[in-house]
Amino acid sequence: MSAMTTPAPENKPYMPDEAAFRRGLAGRHRRGRVWKIFFILSIVMALLSLVALFLNVVNSAAGLIIVEYNVDPADVVPNGDIDAASPEQLAAAIVAYEPNRALVMIRDNLSSVASDQFSTATISQQLGSYTYPESAADKTPRDLTPEERSAILAQNISVDVMKQFIIDEIVGLNVLETYSLYESIFNRAAVEEHFAAEFDQETTRLEFRMWLRPSFLTSGQSSDPVLAGIRTALIGTLWIVAITVLVAFPIGVGAAIYLEEYASLFGNENTLSGKFMKWFNRFIETNVRNLAGVPSIIYGLLGLAIFVRAASDFTSGKFLGVTDSNGRTILSASLTMALLILPVIIINAQEAIRAIQSSIREASYGLGATKWQTIWNQVLPAAMPGILTGTILGMSRAIGETAPLVIVGASTAIFVDPSSPFSSFTALPIQIYQWTARPQAEFRAIAAAAIIVLLVLLLVLNASAIFLRQYFRRKLQA
Amino acid sequence: MTENGAHAFELRGVNIYYGSKKAVEDVNLSIPRQKITAFIGPSGCGKSTVLRSLNRMNDLIPSARIEGGVFFGGQNLYADNVDPVEVRRRIGMVFQKPNPFPKSIYDNVAYGPRLLGVRGKAVLDEIVEHSLKGAFLWDEVRGDLKKSGLALSGGQQQRLCIARTIAVEPEVILMDEPASALDPIATQAIEELMKVLVQRFTIVIVTHNMQQAQRVSDYTAFYSIRKKEEQGGVENRWGVLAEYAPTDRLFSNPASEETERYIRGEFG
Amino acid sequence: MSLPTEVGTINAPSAVFDMRAQRDARTTIFRRPRPAETLIQFFLFFCGVLSIFTTLGILYVLGSEALLFFQSGLVDLGEFLTAPVWQPQAEEFGIMSLVSATLMTTLFAMIVAIPLGLGAAIYLAEYAKDRTRAILKPILEILAGIPTVVYGYFALTFMTPLLRGIFGQDTVSIYNVASAGLVMGIMILPTITSMSEDALSAVPRNLREASYGLSATKLETILKVVLPAGLSGIIAAFIVGISRAVGETMIVALAAGAGPCKLYGDGANCFQPFDAAETMTGHIVRISGGDLSYNSIDYNSLFAIGLTLFLFTLVLNLISRSITNRFREVYQ
Repeated sequence: MSAMTTPAPENKPYMPDEAAFRRGLAGRHRRGRVWKIFFILSIVMALLSLVALFLNVVNSAAGLIIVEYNVDPADVVPNGDIDAASPEQLAAAIVAYEPNRALVMIRDNLSSVASDQFSTATISQQLGSYTYPESAADKTPRDLTPEERSAILAQNISVDVMKQFIIDEIVGLNVLETYSLYESIFNRAAVEEHFAAEFDQETTRLEFRMWLRPSFLTSGQSSDPVLAGIRTALIGTLWIVAITVLVAFPIGVGAAIYLEEYASLFGNENTLSGKFMKWFNRFIETNVRNLAGVPSIIYGLLGLAIFVRAASDFTSGKFLGVTDSNGRTILSASLTMALLILPVIIINAQEAIRAIQSSIREASYGLGATKWQTIWNQVLPAAMPGILTGTILGMSRAIGETAPLVIVGASTAIFVDPSSPFSSFTALPIQIYQWTARPQAEFRAIAAAAIIVLLVLLLVLNASAIFLRQYFRRKLQA
Repeated sequence: MTENGAHAFELRGVNIYYGSKKAVEDVNLSIPRQKITAFIGPSGCGKSTVLRSLNRMNDLIPSARIEGGVFFGGQNLYADNVDPVEVRRRIGMVFQKPNPFPKSIYDNVAYGPRLLGVRGKAVLDEIVEHSLKGAFLWDEVRGDLKKSGLALSGGQQQRLCIARTIAVEPEVILMDEPASALDPIATQAIEELMKVLVQRFTIVIVTHNMQQAQRVSDYTAFYSIRKKEEQGGVENRWGVLAEYAPTDRLFSNPASEETERYIRGEFG
Repeated sequence: MSLPTEVGTINAPSAVFDMRAQRDARTTIFRRPRPAETLIQFFLFFCGVLSIFTTLGILYVLGSEALLFFQSGLVDLGEFLTAPVWQPQAEEFGIMSLVSATLMTTLFAMIVAIPLGLGAAIYLAEYAKDRTRAILKPILEILAGIPTVVYGYFALTFMTPLLRGIFGQDTVSIYNVASAGLVMGIMILPTITSMSEDALSAVPRNLREASYGLSATKLETILKVVLPAGLSGIIAAFIVGISRAVGETMIVALAAGAGPCKLYGDGANCFQPFDAAETMTGHIVRISGGDLSYNSIDYNSLFAIGLTLFLFTLVLNLISRSITNRFREVYQ
């Protein structure tokens, strides 16, 4: 500030002279700028990590692949797109290329007679409970026309099984090399050159594959990445989340109500029992907060020892007469997950309840309502936005948590969709974990596709949380 | 402008806004050097806002904006090339609520000099002693300078804040209701301290207490509130400088009726 | 309560009202059993107490199974704490091998998360304008809400190739501690940022003003006043971060490698940032993910590891809680 020319007051024996001060000041400002850059870089690094994470996933979820095949898929089904083919097209392909194997398929999957009578019994005799063309009813399997054979397959055999058969037994499809989206777009020429130079053009093909495709959502587990889908895992995740919330929501909200509204109710503070209750309630509160900090894997061990092992008669459904499972069921996973998200729900619900003005309660009491009537009719509705937000936070956690599920579930391959709480299961994050752990690039690719599904699921959930909060808030104000 | 010798501050047509809201309008004021100038007026009249504009403390409020000129020794403090850090070295500030750092007494006082590049224990020791003596606090704390500044009483904390300010050797000390949070005895101590400090520093003090202004100040600026009904029934209020005079005259013979009513305690 | 006499004095404005009051008094003022309310109260009490059962359950399960582990005769506590490697096939159970890997990943996580988390917190609390902050904070929340298995994927498919690109394929193994730790740091970053930002924002404004009033620059005010004043909250944030890193599972399970390192002796290979090493959590997940029969030493050993892990995080959480509580007292 050169223009500042006031005479300095006397008596500054200790201060650095003006020139030294000015030099110092320049240095101080320089330091300020350097550090500010570091602070900004920190947040930029965080943002870049997020971007890198997303791009990295998207980069793997689509790209060029080099596939090997015995029969060109384009000859088998229209456009060579096995995924998109209808059941009729798939069945027709099987009958056309492997007419005898089609019969074996009928025998193994559908026939109700002993295998030595298969070729002599009529269709109506052995396919009683299945649908088949009228014209086929009195024929033996060998006499079926190709059209009849394919009709029986198309109507009764699952699409997954037919696709698997076509790819394994007819086309012999085998992914040889997988490229990322980045390479596929910006380095396509090199990939094409590599393909032309190194691969047999008769039996291999270079094609662009979206790993995240409709059939990825609708197909079940498979050891073949081209066929594998997440239907089973998705259904497992939905089951688990649903039961988890069903269990954790009432208990979590109940605990929050107890801690906020009833904890002071038990006994007089001056009596010994009253003092104990006060201490006890504070202990519960501290305990809930400590539980929130326990690693999820510990909950997994808890679930393994208690729900899977000790309570296996209950969690396997044996007490209801279900016999075909052990304790590693959806119910065990859900109960474990419920314990895991309880602290989240309790803490958020407590905050929501605490934020309700006491005037609302007093008004209700003043009208002669009982404590529970007041809570049920006044406090809970007013606290609902906060409670729901906490619950959805807990649900998000339940959807994404992996370690406890791996420990409780442990199954490596589940080919049957879960149909009850007592089914064994796989879940979306487990599936992602298992696919990521495989070294082949095509498994990484389907892991990426599954991650996108998982993130979209979380996004929808959180968006609905925001929406619900707004909705309740508006309803309260109206 | 003869004030260069006699006047520390010269405010010309100062308007201050918080966001779109006007806080102070058209303040014109010359604050004399090495005197105590008091700002008085009812709550919301903008006296603290004007005080904080004198060492660019309002810069810390992102929405604050100033028009007009605040000249310090002839230099506009709000010119582009002025560094607020340099401004605050020359114009220190003591706040309404004592706000010692959660550090030792010693570190509180040495904070400013260390920033300015003073090194060496002997020099710092001397500055600390000198400043604490200057704030009449030395005798009470000389035994335990390592004690936390927060462990002192309210009045001691405020004197520590004054010691901390004079350790930087500013030319001006701004005091924003420095005694409003203190008991009468501590208040008296601060007032006596001010009378000594004014021999070395220019002091500008905001006070809510007219007796205090009368007791300590040489000049008094009375700020008042102007109101205007906007469309929609919203009332806009902002502060103006209503009267500025030597303290004796302002209190004994106020020029405006508004001032008279205020000092008689009819509003505030 | 001696009601009959009181009723008359409470309300007698009119004859009609008086009669109603007397009738009501007889029928309703006395305590009346409300079975539904009592039942509800019991349910709520049960909900509250369930959390204690959870804790007891954790302690019981970990403790009893760990006890079986030590009673198996294959391992005693001294061996558990000093053996150089964790190798159940060879009946070697040296927990410190797993602990060392956990400490390594945690260390790398903190190298990333502490400076960047604190830097980002300072930027948000001190520099960012309200609008910027309103945009940045939800983005950080997205980062915090991403499931850890996705971070594991990120470590294996992004960070590891990146490290191998920088330091060379020969130096950096496909599975390595550094990659897992660095990504874990990114995962923890939002937690540290948001907790530290809260601590910084809680520092009263008048302290900042005092510093500016003494002609400090913004940086000096931050480093010399705001940071020291918010230090306990910031340290609590660090400890919560450490605790999460210690308990984090999927990232290390995917990226840090499957196979405990050897602490000392021939072929000792712990504390190698670019080599594989199995952490406590990584080992638990790997072993329990396969065929695991109850009553085997493998099964019991999981709980001994779990107990060690639980004690680690419990101590960290208790420290952080006591720091936060003290911090709260300072400003109240």
